[in-house]
Amino acid sequence: MSVSRRLFLGTAGLSALGLTGKTALDAFALQPPHEPAPAPAGTRWAMVIDPRKCLEEGDCTKCLEACHRTHNVPAIVDQSHEVKWLWKAPFERAFPSLQTDYPPDALQGQPILVLCNHCDSPPCVRVCPTQATWKRDDGIVMMDWHRCIGCRYCMAACPYGSRSFNWTDPRPSLATTNPDFPTRSKGVVEKCTLCEERLAKGEAPACVVACPAKAMVFGDLTDPASEVRSLLRSRFTIRRKPELGTRPAIYYIV
Amino acid sequence: MFMFEKAVVGGRRYWTWVGGLLVVMGLAMLAYLRQLDVGLGVTGLSRDVTWGLYIAQFTFLVGVAASAVMVVLPYYLHDFKAFGRITILGEFLAISAVTMCMLFIFVDMGQPMRVLNVLLYPTPHSMMFWDMASLGGYLALNAVIALVTLSAERKQVAPPRWIKPVIILSIPWAVSIHTVTAFLYNGLPGRSFWLTAILAPRFLASAFAAGPALLILLCLVLRRLTSFDAGREPVRKLAVIVTYAMLLNVFFILLELFTALYSQIPEHVEHFQYLYLGLHGQATLAPWMWTSSVLAVASLVLLLVPSLRRREPVLAVTCGMVFASLWIDKGLGLIVGGFVPSPLGAVTSYTPSLPEVLIVLGIWALGFLMVTVFYKIALSVREEVAAS
Amino acid sequence: MRDRHAIFAAVIVFFVVVTSPIWYARAAGTTARGPEAKLPETEKTCVMPVEYMRASHMELLLTWRDDVVRRQNRSFVSPDGKAYAKSLTGTCLRCHSNKAEFCDRCHTYAGVTPYCWDCHVAPASPKGSGT
Repeated sequence: MSVSRRLFLGTAGLSALGLTGKTALDAFALQPPHEPAPAPAGTRWAMVIDPRKCLEEGDCTKCLEACHRTHNVPAIVDQSHEVKWLWKAPFERAFPSLQTDYPPDALQGQPILVLCNHCDSPPCVRVCPTQATWKRDDGIVMMDWHRCIGCRYCMAACPYGSRSFNWTDPRPSLATTNPDFPTRSKGVVEKCTLCEERLAKGEAPACVVACPAKAMVFGDLTDPASEVRSLLRSRFTIRRKPELGTRPAIYYIV
Repeated sequence: MFMFEKAVVGGRRYWTWVGGLLVVMGLAMLAYLRQLDVGLGVTGLSRDVTWGLYIAQFTFLVGVAASAVMVVLPYYLHDFKAFGRITILGEFLAISAVTMCMLFIFVDMGQPMRVLNVLLYPTPHSMMFWDMASLGGYLALNAVIALVTLSAERKQVAPPRWIKPVIILSIPWAVSIHTVTAFLYNGLPGRSFWLTAILAPRFLASAFAAGPALLILLCLVLRRLTSFDAGREPVRKLAVIVTYAMLLNVFFILLELFTALYSQIPEHVEHFQYLYLGLHGQATLAPWMWTSSVLAVASLVLLLVPSLRRREPVLAVTCGMVFASLWIDKGLGLIVGGFVPSPLGAVTSYTPSLPEVLIVLGIWALGFLMVTVFYKIALSVREEVAAS
Repeated sequence: MRDRHAIFAAVIVFFVVVTSPIWYARAAGTTARGPEAKLPETEKTCVMPVEYMRASHMELLLTWRDDVVRRQNRSFVSPDGKAYAKSLTGTCLRCHSNKAEFCDRCHTYAGVTPYCWDCHVAPASPKGSGT
């Protein structure tokens, strides 16, 4: 063995520095936290949800039904295998960091509409090994069900539990089938895609249209005159787990 | 080719062992066909606990595969001659372990026929891409090294000079495969159980304890069942390595416990609470975790007392305890603990189903079969050389 | 030849097996002429010329798939200037509405099972088609 220990360690150290140096520098070049991202050109879809308006409708589930019916989301009986794109979670589950020992009556245990947040910095997109999920220029975190290999890494990465996996063939659990939208097959992950196929035709998302209380407002963040922007200007809104730096596009009026 | 003809010659004990492994593999194949047909719903996984036994086995076995470096590094970099006779055993163990890793990932895929998409659409920002690349490279490296060195030994010549840099490359590569595996977990902002910088060192420490422990057991088994005797010194030195690695591993776990329990941040505390004490009335994993801890401490005591460490029957039991303890910790606790409680605070229990367990056993059987076949080849070559 | 009975029997069995494609096809009524896919009655032109579709409809569909899903490019203009939406269910199956009499005929003959139908919803067979 003619390589001396010192030479080996020195070479290994320099190689490691060379290989990782750029990545390390890039990491420092990322924007520091708490600074807003530069306003992107073009559209930036977002949604503002008013939980109080939703709660006034009581047990209404029109948005969930519209979403799941339009997109052939199966109703799986076994809860551990359930598939859901949009659903109601108790307030403490939707906003775990806001838990207090003395919660206000109006919010304690109340259901809040939760869905994929279409984050600006989505961890699910970062981890997908095949780019079966990616962030579009208009802000939508999109899914390609042809490419998904079902590794469920995106489900591990999502901090909000927004994604569902098809543990079995979903078709037997479909009460009705919308022929204008595909079902999915077993073995792929799925989630809300902000009705991108409807947006392409100039229609608002199905849930927004179905809500009788207009509790969900959808619009373009880059348009200062949009309803979402005016709501964000005039009301105090929160997002889920903002401390994680994901920068969700779903805002909740408090 | 590849001296496989040496593996089809054996006595009754050999064929009984191989036959038993093949039966387990056959049952696993049937279970996997069922999983292909019905989907991953045949496992015990759920919307909240999306990774379980399969990925946990993969995580544990990457460590075992990386541990070959613990034999290669002292011998090739530090001229520690005592390990000269067992480097081939470490390399063959690495090949088998990496194959098992890749199989465990494969059986976990929802759409396994599309798995090549990872190579067709390379995604450098995904750690899973790098994991596949590094595992593939490590497999190739060890296969080449084992084949070349064993062929040279058979021909009773020195191996070609170009193999030296390849062997040296396998050393940092071994460290990198387990670091990348840790990166799969510790870059996820929503999983606070895994979001710790110490995960990679923890992985490496437990790998360098579990792998050499298994290697010691394999050496002892070989001494009992075959004419191959690794000698006392390699086994003793491996035991010292296991001791230091296990000490580090237990130390790291205590460090993790301190950070979680002293900071009292619920997101950090709750995972440990679920694992060791139970949460919301569900404590499925608590007996396992406590067993793992007891085994870890007990094995440390047995390892730290030199007279006990040197007595090989005791050492065999100790190595079994180390392996079992680390398997529970990494092969069960780490993965499931990351998913419970869920990002929404839900506590979902995970119990592997029968098909899932059969598939796991089948892949382990395949790994043991590979180790058996490879070791048979290596030993036959050595006997052949010794006889000439 | 002591074993001539066994040998002759084996030769006959071999002959039967090796010519089985011929007599089996005769008996089952299928021919080597190929499947007859039933073309739609109303429309006479497809999105691309027939020769292209026969050879490469799969390539077209894959391109359409990636264009729509990954590039948000939903409009297609055929060589003869007509505009279509890139959609299997919405465009192709609008004319080729009987999957069993069109798509399946050739696919079954060629022994292919495209996985499109795992997800994309094929329209139900029109009444009176007999399938």
